[in-house]
Amino acid sequence: MGCIENLKYEMILPLGASFKECREYVEKNFAEVWYVDPGYKLFDEYIIGLPPIALGLDGGKIVFPYTKPCHGTYLLRIEDTDEADRVRKTARKKK
Amino acid sequence: MEVKMTESTEIPGKGNGKALLLLGCPEAPAQQAIALYLAYQLRSHGSELLITGNPSVLNLLKVSDPEKHYIGEMKVLEKCIEEIVEKRRAADLCVVCAHNDAAIAYAATMRHLLPQSRLVVIIFGKDPEPLAASIDFPCEKIVEKAVHNPMQLKAKVNEVFGWAASRT
Repeated sequence: MGCIENLKYEMILPLGASFKECREYVEKNFAEVWYVDPGYKLFDEYIIGLPPIALGLDGGKIVFPYTKPCHGTYLLRIEDTDEADRVRKTARKKK
Repeated sequence: MEVKMTESTEIPGKGNGKALLLLGCPEAPAQQAIALYLAYQLRSHGSELLITGNPSVLNLLKVSDPEKHYIGEMKVLEKCIEEIVEKRRAADLCVVCAHNDAAIAYAATMRHLLPQSRLVVIIFGKDPEPLAASIDFPCEKIVEKAVHNPMQLKAKVNEVFGWAASRT
């Protein structure tokens, strides 16, 4: 999984989840939801998906979809306070 | 024959232009054949072609066409997307081969990053209809149940791009 594979991540949804299922999960389960478009850079990787892409924030933890051609979309959680703050400054907040 | 089209423009396929062929997981063998065929046709018709995909799918093509008679330039997916996001690469035509949900996400990404490009999504595999129905962004769709045999897929590709049918 490129650079993200080298980070300490938790897998929130099992493999086989669709991209839309990942978005719905984030919207239903996180109080703080932000939206970005495909191509948004997160953890040095460009995020893939159907816009708008939902990111869930919980303090310094970021929950986001991560798509690979052969594996589908993973919903991952990574703790990184600086990156979470950057999302808050650059993404669109759910109204 | 079912060829679904939701939006149509008149750029590549016939004529010059920059074309991007984005390949999905190489699990379905029909993709390999249709990728080589698309590369052959697009380049024969004057398009400047870049093929992108994960390392496995690119290696399959490299091994199949060692002298690069058909494939031309190739680039791994992450690098290609980086170049498009950073406006260092554009395409008049983008063709995405999709037989799973991930590839549809890549197609949606291309739609967003290349809003002016002609986008053709080739949806194939064992059960392509639900996958095709999940596409809610503007593109042309070629839908065919094809896993191993690419012949019907090739016929639909010929129709959409206006390429003369061959007997081979």
